[in-house]
Amino acid sequence: MITLLLLFVPLVASLACLLLDKAKVKVFALGTSLVNLGILVYSLTLFKSDMSYQFLVDYWWVKDLGISFKLGLDGISILLVALTNFLMPLIILSSFRTEYKNATAFYSLMLFMQFALIGVFAALDGFLFYIFWELALIPIYFICLFWGGEDRVRITLKFFIYTLTGSLLMLVGLIYVYLQTPGTHSFDINVLYSTALTAADQSWLFWCFFLAFAIKIPIFPLHSWQADTYTDSPTQGTMLLSGIMLKMGLYGLIRWMIPFLPEGLAQWGNTAMILSIIGVVYASVMALVQKDFKRLIAYSSVAHVGLIAAGIFSLTIQGMQGAMAQMLSHGVNVVGIFFIADIIFRRMKTRNLDELGGLANNTRVFTILYLIILLGSVALPLTNGFVGEFLLLNGVYQYDAWMAAIAGLTVILGAVYMLRSYQKIMLGEPHARSIEFTGLHQTEKIVLVVVALAIIAGGIYPKPILQVAGPALEDLLAQVKDIN
Amino acid sequence: MNTLIIISLLGVVAMMADALRFKKILLPIIVAGLVAGLGFAISSWNTNLSYYHDMVLFNNYSLAFSSLMIVVTLLWMIISKHYFSSSSNMAEHAALILFVLTGAIIMTAFADLSMFFVGLEILSISLYVLAASNKSELRSNEAGMKYFLMGAFATGFLLFGIALIYGATATFNLAKIASYISVSQAAGNTPMFVYAGVLLIMVGLLFKVSAAPFHFWAPDVYEGAPTVITAFMATVVKTAAFAAFYRMFSTCFVEITGFWSNTMAIIAASTMIGGNILAVYQTSLKRMMAYSSIAHAGYMLMAIVAMNKISASSIFLYTASYSIASMGMFALMQAMTASGEESVNSLKGLSKNNKGIIVFISALVFSMAGIPPMAGFFAKYYIFLGAMQSGYQWLTLIAVLSSLIGVYYYFKVIFVSLQDNEEGAGHVLNKGQWALIVLSALISLLIGVIPSLLLTLSL
Repeated sequence: MITLLLLFVPLVASLACLLLDKAKVKVFALGTSLVNLGILVYSLTLFKSDMSYQFLVDYWWVKDLGISFKLGLDGISILLVALTNFLMPLIILSSFRTEYKNATAFYSLMLFMQFALIGVFAALDGFLFYIFWELALIPIYFICLFWGGEDRVRITLKFFIYTLTGSLLMLVGLIYVYLQTPGTHSFDINVLYSTALTAADQSWLFWCFFLAFAIKIPIFPLHSWQADTYTDSPTQGTMLLSGIMLKMGLYGLIRWMIPFLPEGLAQWGNTAMILSIIGVVYASVMALVQKDFKRLIAYSSVAHVGLIAAGIFSLTIQGMQGAMAQMLSHGVNVVGIFFIADIIFRRMKTRNLDELGGLANNTRVFTILYLIILLGSVALPLTNGFVGEFLLLNGVYQYDAWMAAIAGLTVILGAVYMLRSYQKIMLGEPHARSIEFTGLHQTEKIVLVVVALAIIAGGIYPKPILQVAGPALEDLLAQVKDIN
Repeated sequence: MNTLIIISLLGVVAMMADALRFKKILLPIIVAGLVAGLGFAISSWNTNLSYYHDMVLFNNYSLAFSSLMIVVTLLWMIISKHYFSSSSNMAEHAALILFVLTGAIIMTAFADLSMFFVGLEILSISLYVLAASNKSELRSNEAGMKYFLMGAFATGFLLFGIALIYGATATFNLAKIASYISVSQAAGNTPMFVYAGVLLIMVGLLFKVSAAPFHFWAPDVYEGAPTVITAFMATVVKTAAFAAFYRMFSTCFVEITGFWSNTMAIIAASTMIGGNILAVYQTSLKRMMAYSSIAHAGYMLMAIVAMNKISASSIFLYTASYSIASMGMFALMQAMTASGEESVNSLKGLSKNNKGIIVFISALVFSMAGIPPMAGFFAKYYIFLGAMQSGYQWLTLIAVLSSLIGVYYYFKVIFVSLQDNEEGAGHVLNKGQWALIVLSALISLLIGVIPSLLLTLSL
């Protein structure tokens, strides 16, 4: 019941948005996202931290084809649903200072996106998962297409076709696994998990699923849609994409690939690992040379998620735990930092690092909040980024010490490019126009403060996150090891 | 059977309208007749009756397809009102359309090759005339002529194939042919000209469904014919052709699947790749839709290639979702034809001039491109499922990749419509076109969300 509420409150609100007038729609959207956050907090209090699926909902959708409308949350998915519901109010609040034309459509699409994302994380039926996976693509496509930058038509189309390629390959893979299920076939996750697949099948199925998820994450060399799309989308679209949507890919790896393709993983896991590590270094180096602040964050995001993917492919409990922790902290941090980019851009009309400087003189609060968020994303101890990155590197180290050493470069490079950008924007000689940089508005302050608090809280006391996800992750790894 | 009688009678009545001067009330009569036909089709569900010494057999398969075609015709009436009212030849047009429908229904219900041929000819000859019905327009005449010549050629192949089959089996009856083939297969003495006959019939039918490499007529005919007629061709006629195709091959030639399925699989693959790639380069929306309809034929051929127990319902689902989404798209195209500008770029300003239409256009485009939660996705999924069940993984992969190309050109419609028109005016839709676009988008969504509506029919 709770799952249904979590899922359908945003959908109903999304439709209701269309009936409201422009002035009220912002507040309405924020209100519903807060209501959903409330429902989530309530469900967290009921959540037992074991490995089972809780709050199960199971109806037939197309009975003849074994497709059911089955939703449920375990330790892994509830954290991601929590991330979605926590970020959504922030993302909506962050849009309060921007006047979008056709605001009703904008907020309607945002809430629809929330609906689809929660569906992705809660679906326990392969087909249902696929439907939500695709549904999540539609609102973000329109958000980028309507409200994006100059070159949006070309970029959104590239993004759409890129991700759809992966999705359709996954669909082929899913159908194949479905056809191997015994009796009258079924898409139920437990049935899919227990289906025996030959090593040869797993080998090619691995690529079907891996490509789908790797494009979404994105893992090198499938990242080429990402920087453009992030840069050209409206800020809220970028936040949705980087904060939540790319976690769909990582979640997909954990839930929809690793458990039923252990042998495929044995054959190709190493390749995936190497690609992830290459991505980490490559993206960090790319971030070093970016002039556009938003692009810089986009590449740093590729580096972070590359490391998360590497942690997942290490198939160690530390790696997995780190992945969960880092997914959450990356989501929070990246939203914060994209918002900072947005705040600067709206005031200065430029994101070019060379044209900025000395903003620290103008506003003290902004300087401090920016610094905290920045330290979170360079993974300083006592910030949330540290917990995740430490566990991830630990996991990768157990897999291969050399890879850990190379992946560890991201910590250093990350500090270099982030601090460099901070220096260029905030410190140094003020530019002629730096005077135009005015203090923060109330809503902006709220968003940044909440993000900064989350960063510190997650760094000092990460235990709840690890505890919630722990049993489910251990169970998952046990399944993989059993088969091997 | 009553459906068939009603609709053919309706055609005769329509012919009289001019002479007996009741043209004004003809349209309501036609609609009432179609609804009655639909009612009869639904009421004879599960009866499985055959008529005229087993010449026609109205089983669930044919009733489902007949009902679908009648429903699509009713939808089509929404935008074609002006085609009937504005021209002086209204009665002829109405009669011809009804005869096309009559032929189409026979093509879904035949149990005998001669009956199949009669149905096909009733359908085709009426269509040749309709394609050329815009007499003052050169391109319409060209379309009619081209369609006629090519169609007659294909019919020749088909007839020759039927003759060869008859020569081997001494019967036109589908069931008897099937039993002859299975007996001769068991004995290992199937005569060579059965195979030749199958091939020739296949060529004829592939021609009718505009599969590559027999598709060259389609873009020119689609472009030249009056838009409402193109809409009818792309939906009802295509449905009928596929219904007949599957009916014939699944009853007669299923025993020798091994002989034709690989050829057909390659044709299906090249049809969808070719259709989709060529569609990318079209500037005229109508031509683009023509190539996209070729590509869709490729997907539907996959179901015939797969030939297993879900093939019938997957073809039904696919034709239904494709026809309904196409109807909406053709309503848009009709608005374009009215202002004499058919290029995709002329869609600029559409969203501004018609507030809210973009939601429904997007829904239709999603359905055509096969993106959830629209009907088109489920239809494609079902086709893929069938193909993979029969072990055609490679064909499914090709289908998947070629449908990505589809996204590329379909989405052009969405974002061009969103752009502003610098020169001011863009297309403005009238009430009928609006209604059809909204209606077909909603039906597509409904089928997509509750596919069991159509899937659970036992075809």
